[in-house]
Parts: sequence; C-alpha cells; structure tokens
Amino acid sequence: MAKVAYYPGCALEGSGGPYDRSTRALVKSLGMEMETVHDWNCCGAMEVKNIHPMLQTYMSARVMAIASEQMGYDTVMAPCNGCYHNLKKAEYELATSSESLDTLQGLAKKSEDPVYKGDVRTVHLLEWLMEDLGADGIKQKISKSLNGIKVANYYGCMYTRPRQIFPEKDQGPGSESSYKPHFMDDLLGAAGAINVDFPLKTACCGGAHTLSDADTSTQLVLNIIQAAEDAGAEVIATECPTCHSGLEMHQVRAETEFGIKTNVKILYFTQLLGLAMGLSARKLGVHENVSDSLDFLHAKGVV
Amino acid sequence: MAIHEKTLIDPSRLISSDTLVVDGVDVSGHWNTMILPRTLKEYDDGFEAHIKEYAGAENVHRCWQCGSCTNSCTMYAQNTDFNPRYWIYLTRLGLKDEILKDKDIIWQCVSCNKCTNICPKDVRPEGVMKALAHWIEAEGFGEKSNSTIFDEEFARQCIARGRIEDSEVMTNFYKNTNQDIKEMALNGWLGIFVARMNKWNELRSGNVWKFITRTPIMHSLHMGYSMFFKPKTKSWGHTGEVLSQYVKEQKELAHG
Repeated sequence: MAKVAYYPGCALEGSGGPYDRSTRALVKSLGMEMETVHDWNCCGAMEVKNIHPMLQTYMSARVMAIASEQMGYDTVMAPCNGCYHNLKKAEYELATSSESLDTLQGLAKKSEDPVYKGDVRTVHLLEWLMEDLGADGIKQKISKSLNGIKVANYYGCMYTRPRQIFPEKDQGPGSESSYKPHFMDDLLGAAGAINVDFPLKTACCGGAHTLSDADTSTQLVLNIIQAAEDAGAEVIATECPTCHSGLEMHQVRAETEFGIKTNVKILYFTQLLGLAMGLSARKLGVHENVSDSLDFLHAKGVV
Repeated sequence: MAIHEKTLIDPSRLISSDTLVVDGVDVSGHWNTMILPRTLKEYDDGFEAHIKEYAGAENVHRCWQCGSCTNSCTMYAQNTDFNPRYWIYLTRLGLKDEILKDKDIIWQCVSCNKCTNICPKDVRPEGVMKALAHWIEAEGFGEKSNSTIFDEEFARQCIARGRIEDSEVMTNFYKNTNQDIKEMALNGWLGIFVARMNKWNELRSGNVWKFITRTPIMHSLHMGYSMFFKPKTKSWGHTGEVLSQYVKEQKELAHG
C-alpha cells in the first residue's frame, strides 16, 4: 500500500474538525499510512480564484510542491472536496498551459517556495480507499455491520465537476463516474449500509454563497434533504466539509427562518465507516456534529 | 438584423386584436399576434473583447448558443431570469444595457460548474458569469455584491497568513456587509445552530448526562483557541507579498 501525503486544509482544521479526526482514526484502523503535508497553506477554496485565478493555482500547487519536493511523495490525498478540486484544477491547468507553468515557477522562485514540477498527483480520500482496499477489502476489515442504515450518499459539485479536470474518472469499470459517482456507495454498502436511490448525489448545496446568499443556499439544501427523505434515507453521508456544514447550517435555518423541519441525520462517511471498524463514536467526533445522530445510531445498534 | 431572441422582446410590443376577421376567417386573440420590431442602436462592438480581459471569460467567443449552460444551471432552476446563455449572447452582441437589466442577480452564480462541465465548446460559462459580475462592479454599475465582499475577506487572510480562520471570515463578512451578528446569535438561526452544536438543548430538557457526554468540549476549545491564535503557515514568508504584487500588475495590464 502506498503511503500518501495528507492535506487536511483549513476547513478540517476549523469547523470540519470531526472530519479530520474521523479520517485519521479510520485510516489508522485500516492499517493505511499517511503523513500530514508539512506547514501546508490554504488551497484558495472557492473564493481566491475570483480575486485572480493564478492566486488559486499558485496556492494549490504550493501544497503539491511541498509534498513532492520537500517530502518526496508522489500522491497528495485530500478529504475535502474544495481542496481536492483545486489541486486537480491546478494539476490540469499546469499540465495544459506552459505559460501558466512558467508564471507559476517564476513566482515560486521569487517567493523562495518549493517549485512545482508536475510530478505529483492528487486523490480524494474516497479514491485512495477504493484504490488501495476497494469495497471487498473494506468488507474483510469491518468488525461491525452498519445494520442496514438507509443512506443517501451526497457527493456535491466539486468532486466531479468540471469533468475535464478529472481525466481518471469515467474510464469504465472500476473507475469513478463523474455523472453518477458511486465510490462512497460502494464503501458504505460493503460496511452494511443500504444505499437508497438518491437522485441529487451531485446537486449543489450553494456552498459558495452559504453566507453571502443564505436564502438561496437554504433552498438548495432543502432540495437535497427533502429528496433524501423522500428516497427513504435516514442518514445523508457527506464527503466534503463545506457540504456537511452547509447541510447542517441550512437544515437549522430552514427550520428557524422558514418553519420547515426535517429529520434526516447528517454524518461524514468516515464516521460511518469508522463505526463499522468498531471505533467509538467519540473518537470519530460524532458528538461534535451539529446534527445529533447518537440516539438514532444507538437505536440502530451501531453505537 | 431581426430579433431572434425571445427574451429581447418587450411585452409592450406584442400586439393582438381581440376581434379580427380576415377574408372571412376569424383570427381573434392570439391568432393575430404580431411583434412590433424595435431597433437597438446602443451596442458596443468592443464589448466582447473588453469582457475577455476579465479572468474567466477568455473563451466567450466560442459560444454557439446551444443553451446547455442554462439548461443545466442550478440558479436557473431557482429563478428563470438567471440565464447564462442569454447573457453570453448579449455579451457577444455588445448589448450592455440589456445585460445591466440583470445586474442584481448575475453575481448569484454558485459556481457548481454544471455549465462548464457540459458545454460542448469549452466556453467555461461559470467563468463568464464571474467576469460579468466583476465588470458590473469595476465599472460602477452596481455595488460590491455580498459574494465579492466575502471573497475579498477570504483572500485577505490567505495573503496575510497563508490560511483562513472560520470565525474571523464569518464575523468580518457580517461586519463588512453591515449585518448584525449579535442579533443573529441572540435571536436568530446562528444562536440555535451554536446551541445545537453544543447540545444545550439536552441541558435545557434536563438530560444532564447526555449533555456531558455529547457536548463537544475539545472541538469548541480548539475553535475558540484559533480565534485568538490564528492558524498560520510559518513558511509563508513573503509569498503573500509576491502574490499580491503579481495580481496588482496583472489587473493593471488588463484594465489600465
């Protein structure tokens, strides 16, 4: 199994703390190895590219350059969709435009930063798990079934779009689909969850404007939550801290501002997989979620 | 050039007669609807080239008006006035006044990239939306949107420290947009959100044990600590300075 450089990013260092803790605990329990990128910086998120695209390209490439030039890794693993998307976008931009690569390397020399050379790739945590273990590998390792919890797997925008920056997707059997992603379904299914037929897997939660256009975001989140409930889901599994916070925040907001109460629980997929590995809910930060799922998980016999 | 674009038709120019008989055939109402043409003289030949100087709109000339962007658009499903295909059409014709009729909603693009994903001509419509929104602000046709204010605060922290801190982004955004965060925390959704995160509802309903075992002590302490000791990239050095200098130069080159 290949050791990777782990890039948590700002969200996992802050409000997405439970995702960071559950990722570390899960990876350790699976016997996989990773090392945190030394003194990483922000990837630029969704905001910085709007000030100037090169700003985002630079910040994302700087993270990859630290991993490859200073730490000797050929793979960066990011659990956050925003980070993953931005690093992939930088990878694509710098591989297809020699002008951008020249500009970037010039800026790196001027800043006395490690220089990105294009010899490092980025994968999402989901991809790393599927690549190294796969659904069968997970099945062999789990110690406790998820007991048929009905899950809607929500992937959001940045894991699959635009497809141009993810050349490894849509490559036939075994690869991830940008149109109908399934890696999270595969993993949670192997752990004993029942994946409901959820049509809004890649719908938008309005994360880019979660505070700046809050009513729109609340509406978009409600679409996702209500579709999940209509599909019979008890839990929405997330794999992105922005989506996760957005779902939690606007589930509350829909209730307080618009009087629409929904009951579906929101959990990081790493928390669900961790429970199936027999890890304690506390270690996985389940109590740190805003959406309190502990009573439900107790009732299901998973905790 | 005749008008082909439905959205450009003024409702007042749609005329129909309630009762009309032509050669003995009754064509009353919609059967005789006519469109009075109007001539638009206010177009700017150089507008497309001008918009292409804004980041994101470099490929706008490639559009062949298939409408896949609007068809797939998250915001169009919320509001049918949000129409990327139409705005790209207007950009190419230089009909600035028509674009400005929608100046208050263009910034609402949520960057879900459904358009850029599906566009058969690699126009990258998401970028065009950002370019148009920036043009509206740069030329003073509209005030800075909430989205831009958010982006600027976020980028400021990145340039300064290499990282952001959640609560600082949030409080400064609310401050810069004159929204009362205290009110939201005391009487609004934000207070309820924080209360639920800390499981205060369990305490209030007398479930002391549930509260003690479920309140996220370490998480809250960690986030509180970050509010005072900001996360920072130690090796950031003068990277921030180099980057802001570069952005300044590029913007001067593009817009003078």
